[in-house]
Amino acid sequence: MGVLHLVSRSPGESLALSQCLGRAGEGDALLLLEGGVYAALKDSACAPCLHESMAGIAVYVLGPDLAARGIAADEVLEGVVRVDYAGFVGLALSHSPIQSWF
Amino acid sequence: MKQFLFVMRRPPHEGIGVRESLDLLMTVAAFDQPVRLLFLDDGVFQLKSGQNPECLGAKPIVPLFSALEVYGIEELWVEEESLAQRGLRPESLILPTRGIKRGEVAGLVASADVVVAC
Repeated sequence: MGVLHLVSRSPGESLALSQCLGRAGEGDALLLLEGGVYAALKDSACAPCLHESMAGIAVYVLGPDLAARGIAADEVLEGVVRVDYAGFVGLALSHSPIQSWF
Repeated sequence: MKQFLFVMRRPPHEGIGVRESLDLLMTVAAFDQPVRLLFLDDGVFQLKSGQNPECLGAKPIVPLFSALEVYGIEELWVEEESLAQRGLRPESLILPTRGIKRGEVAGLVASADVVVAC
């Protein structure tokens, strides 16, 4: 059972994402939520780093937080899986422990 | 008369800070003081099109930005590097803006009498 990492701050205002990715282990999962969803923009400067980490980590993004910020499905980096609130609960149940980064 | 410059650097939908800053900005403008807005860093996300904060139960902020023109605030400056780093283009913003290069920001700031960080 891998760790679920929660990153809720934008990469533009916090180093939380890169600090998380530096410590995440093989088989862990990452869920981007709140301002953290900006990291999923495929044309952003941090996309290459996120893409590279997806070799060992499953990356998810919270759909309602994307919608609130006007990020359409075709703007999201390929391979990042969109989940709804029920999916968030599912990830919380299937991973342990859960670590928040903000 | 004092030239005001409001500098927005925070992303949207994180508390009521931006809403309060816009209240202050409109108050300043209502007293006929010249106001400019500058969007830097994650602040450029404030103007991204397609935002739907209602799905989080939050109030939309876009109408407040759209009302700026009514207050005679027409100078919206957006740093081009901040847009590019986030994969955004001027066309993906909700309002017409003026582009400014990072190297020119210092001059814009220096030309203001009062700078308000948002």
